[in-house]
Amino acid sequence: MTLKNNHIVPLKLSGLEPLIVTPESNFINVGERTNVTGSRKFLRLIKEEKYEEALEVAMDQVRGGAQVIDINMDEGMLDSEEAMVKFLNLIASEPEIARVPIMIDSSKWSVIEAGLKCIQGKGIVNSISLKGGEAEFIEQAKKIKRYGAAVIVMAFDEEGQADTYQRRIDICKRSYDVLVDQVKFAPQDIIFDPNIFPVATGIEEHRKNAVDFFKATKWIRENLPGAHVSGGVSNVSFSFRGNNVVREAMHSAFLYHAIQQGMDMGIVNPTMLEVYDEIPKDLLEHVEDVLLDRRDDATERLLEFAEKVKGGEKKKVVDDAWRKESVEERLTHALVKGIVDHIDEDTEEARQKYDKPLQVIEGPLMDGMNVVGDLFGSGKMFLPQVVKSARVMKKAVAYLLPYLEEEKAQNKEQSVASKILLATVKGDVHDIGKNIVGVVLACNNYEIVDLGVMVPAEKILETAIKEKVDAIGLSGLITPSLDEMVHVAKEMERQNFDLPLLIGGATTSRIHTAVKIDPNYSGSVVHVLDASKSVPVAGELINKKTKDAFHKKIKEEYKYLRDDHSSRKQAKNYISLEEARSNKVPVDWSQTSVVKPSFLGNRVLTDYPLEEIRNYIDWTPFFQTWMLKGKFPKIFDDEVIGIEAKKLYEDAQLMLDDIISQRLLMASAVTGIYPANSIDHDDVELYKDENRNEILTVFHFLRQQGKKGANIANLSLADFVAPKETGIKDYIGGFAVTAGIGIEPLIAQYEKEHDDYKGIMVKALADRLAEAFAELMHEKVRKELWGYAKEESFDNEDLIKEKYLGIRPAPGYPACPDHTEKRILFDLLEVEKNTGISLTESFAMYPAASVSGFYFSNPASKYFGLGKVEKDQIENYAKRKAMKTKEIEKWLAPNLAYDV
Amino acid sequence: MKIQEILEDRILVLDGAMGTMIQQYNLQEEDYRGERFKDHPSALKGNNDLLSITQPDIIKEIHAKYFEAGADIAETNTFSSTSIAQADYQLEDIVYELNYESAKIAKEVADDFTKREPNKPRFVAGSIGPTNSSASISPDVNDPGFRTIGFDGFVASYKEQARGLIDGGADILLVETVFDTLNAKAALFGIQELYDEIGRELPIMVSGTITDASGRTLSGQTTNAFWISLSHMPLLSIGLNCALGAKELRPYLQVLAKESDTLVSAHPNAGLPNEFGEYDETPEQMAAQIEEFLNEGLINIVGGCCGTTPQHIKKIAEKAAQHQPRKIGEFSY
Repeated sequence: MTLKNNHIVPLKLSGLEPLIVTPESNFINVGERTNVTGSRKFLRLIKEEKYEEALEVAMDQVRGGAQVIDINMDEGMLDSEEAMVKFLNLIASEPEIARVPIMIDSSKWSVIEAGLKCIQGKGIVNSISLKGGEAEFIEQAKKIKRYGAAVIVMAFDEEGQADTYQRRIDICKRSYDVLVDQVKFAPQDIIFDPNIFPVATGIEEHRKNAVDFFKATKWIRENLPGAHVSGGVSNVSFSFRGNNVVREAMHSAFLYHAIQQGMDMGIVNPTMLEVYDEIPKDLLEHVEDVLLDRRDDATERLLEFAEKVKGGEKKKVVDDAWRKESVEERLTHALVKGIVDHIDEDTEEARQKYDKPLQVIEGPLMDGMNVVGDLFGSGKMFLPQVVKSARVMKKAVAYLLPYLEEEKAQNKEQSVASKILLATVKGDVHDIGKNIVGVVLACNNYEIVDLGVMVPAEKILETAIKEKVDAIGLSGLITPSLDEMVHVAKEMERQNFDLPLLIGGATTSRIHTAVKIDPNYSGSVVHVLDASKSVPVAGELINKKTKDAFHKKIKEEYKYLRDDHSSRKQAKNYISLEEARSNKVPVDWSQTSVVKPSFLGNRVLTDYPLEEIRNYIDWTPFFQTWMLKGKFPKIFDDEVIGIEAKKLYEDAQLMLDDIISQRLLMASAVTGIYPANSIDHDDVELYKDENRNEILTVFHFLRQQGKKGANIANLSLADFVAPKETGIKDYIGGFAVTAGIGIEPLIAQYEKEHDDYKGIMVKALADRLAEAFAELMHEKVRKELWGYAKEESFDNEDLIKEKYLGIRPAPGYPACPDHTEKRILFDLLEVEKNTGISLTESFAMYPAASVSGFYFSNPASKYFGLGKVEKDQIENYAKRKAMKTKEIEKWLAPNLAYDV
Repeated sequence: MKIQEILEDRILVLDGAMGTMIQQYNLQEEDYRGERFKDHPSALKGNNDLLSITQPDIIKEIHAKYFEAGADIAETNTFSSTSIAQADYQLEDIVYELNYESAKIAKEVADDFTKREPNKPRFVAGSIGPTNSSASISPDVNDPGFRTIGFDGFVASYKEQARGLIDGGADILLVETVFDTLNAKAALFGIQELYDEIGRELPIMVSGTITDASGRTLSGQTTNAFWISLSHMPLLSIGLNCALGAKELRPYLQVLAKESDTLVSAHPNAGLPNEFGEYDETPEQMAAQIEEFLNEGLINIVGGCCGTTPQHIKKIAEKAAQHQPRKIGEFSY
């Protein structure tokens, strides 16, 4: 396909953000669920005026990847104009939806015009045509231009809808000329819909419906400069309603051919789409016979075949079928579908077929993984599926390993794949994200050298040299790891490295990378937001053709971010510590009654029943770990990821069952409650007993220093404990829980089995159990141990929404970001002895599946973010903690309002 | 000479703040009322636009000060002269007159200067402010679908203002301080309708407002989305003003300079406001900041917004004279 539009301006659309359609951009996917004519659910929601739920339909589509959303309110029983206006106005107040351009879809001009009056961005009108004559067409086009929108033009004129190739191109040409010459409409803002009609209807004239569409598309793209082509794809399979197997195959085959001819936008239901390469070859052949009108009996043959693949039969037919394919295709199928059942026998067969075992990896296995990589990259596969693919790959490689060794001994052949070293930095134990990145990169033909967790800089650099890697990726979750990453970067510079450095992990950010890491290293430094971004970034950094340009680009980008950051910083207003302290939370202590805890001192719970903890799990973050976005349990209804989410959840339940029944993990906790009062504004003094004359220890907190509006306090956690001078007997609590005792042998076992899927799963589950245990313990504290909320009764959903009184902030997190306080907490609770959790030199807890924090019972207490603090507070804080200012500045680096 | 031709050769300078200058006169309620509105039912102090009718000499003096400082273009004293904004003062009825008179007196001063310095012709830009209402944000958080005024209401109001400005003699229309792009789209829609009616067209400048460091307008659009949303109209220039100082505005001007296919304007505030809401960037400081983006070739028209004075404009004009205007399509980051 050659497009003669190099000189043409791209189609530029906007919601809150731009969408620019260039010849290079992929097919633009228009969301179609917010259409009352196409979605019964959406129609019902609008009819019943459930606009909030209707908005969620739109939101889900945008989250699911729709780049434009089509909105249609054409229904006899609705006041379409009113519904359109109401819905668009509501969308305007939902930035996540309003981000994308709007397609205003109606057959009534009045509805279109009402819609155009509601959108601030540049949207698309769907549609106008010559149906009502040229005068009306011109009139409407002029209006659209004046409102500032692009337009879909249907191939329709006074005579009716275009149903042949010739009629299609004649009408499109005529429409184009009128629009461009008379209305002066920008050609790139014209999108043709040359009518997708059903095929295989049994009517002779319909045989060419798809072919004519393809041809017309090609003609339009070649002869009407700038214009685009769109269409509603589901029409084509109309005669196979009820047989989704055939419909899905038809849609994807249709799209495949249409896109090749230049269709660059369309309304497609992603759940009604099979992966083109995954359509069984016999079905594809029958479908394409019909679409491309290749044989006279194509329709009859497809109808007959369709009966065979209808409904449940499909799975069986297909399941057996793939075993009969060539060994290469079987391997690819096993990789894409994540099936391990036959992998050893298939790998053996391939080994015998190819000259060398390495060729099996570089040939069919890598080809299969490339398919997986492409599908993941284009959003057609999701992380849990990819991890399962990687499991198949690893097993195949493991099978080949002895043969490879043998061959290596004979001749020293080097692998051609690029190598990437991955490590969680010194002092940090969190590695789920790093492992996922490793899997995803491995699927894209990279060899991964994974050094695990708590890896010191020296070891990273030594290994990098020894293994001749092409890039280094650092990961970390807790804030002190940021500093360690800076250290690694400095070391790389000192030792004259020029390898690219990738930065990832929950506390890392583009801005931190730009401001703190990038200036220390002259090689490329790139922040990678999530696993899916790691592939293109690694590609650009390592590929010889792109790496220099990318290096330059990223250096400039980060410099720009730095400059911008420093100019912004000055704009923020901070107040002195003294002023901040005089604006603390106004608690009327004379009116506050403090509940006396039922016990004082520490309580230890060892080997707590996991089946009870299980009920407290918040599943939403579990799906986030697997890069599936959505709220539990609604995520299961998601059109795009619902099925995968369900599968993942079922696998998780099975593993949890095993963990519980076989007691594979052990959960332990320690809780302590002590008499306490706040002193000197920001510290909390803990006493040995109710006499309150022997000080046990002191917790140190920090106070917000950002300038606040009227009646908004500068918060410190200490505000929630009664000051000593009030004479009120107050208390504070602390806790540490873990659900990760015993995880090492499990992980070792899965590693041995090359099962990343289970390895990541068990870590993710242990994390969830630890969080659930913390939630459970907090409830116990509120209702029994401290007992300040004996009467509360919440279900798990309420707990997740934190509806209860009192808080349990964790040291190292927003309200109290200083990780070093964890040491004081751990000493008080004797955490190491009581639970088996230990602290690394960066104060990360090991096992990673652990949670610790403070308990505050005051009804006014709430979570907040400290934000940035000024030097006066840091100096004061250092004095209170008897530490050096420099030392404190290191631990609190992300919270400093000033440069050190 | 047409303004489009002059803009090919040099950077033109827009004037500075009107409100800041008016404050210096320390006017009282009776000054605002004048003889004509002596018995008007609402308080009128603070309705600066009304001074074009009740204290025209003051407004003319301010225009003259800016022209003396080196401004090529004066903005009319009509930032709030729409029926929507004047409703606060119960003065919807005199909106046409407000715009007509404001344009007329600005034009008189401009013509005076052009006569004296024919090689530096002066122009009048009819200022069309955003109104105090939003077309895409509900004023009621509990009812996000509610709109105080619909699109058609905005169109009618802006059209009425534009008519007064054109009849009074404005050379350009300046839709400025756009915090909600849908308001601006309504303004452009109304102006286009008016042009069809009167059979002639004035060049249009549009200038948006990036609210803060998020880089977005108040209604949530990024700078590029803002430009794309208004690119359907043939504009003399697209630009940014208010809310930020020159320094903070620079990255967003870079976006416009790169993405837009028309001229680019900027009239920033004199820095960011201090704790008392005052602007204290000196003329030298501000001109130095502006010089940075002049150096980069980002700009065709430059001036000042809140807190700027004739001294600021003088320094800015000196810098502008030393630099080449931006050439469309040449800038990239």
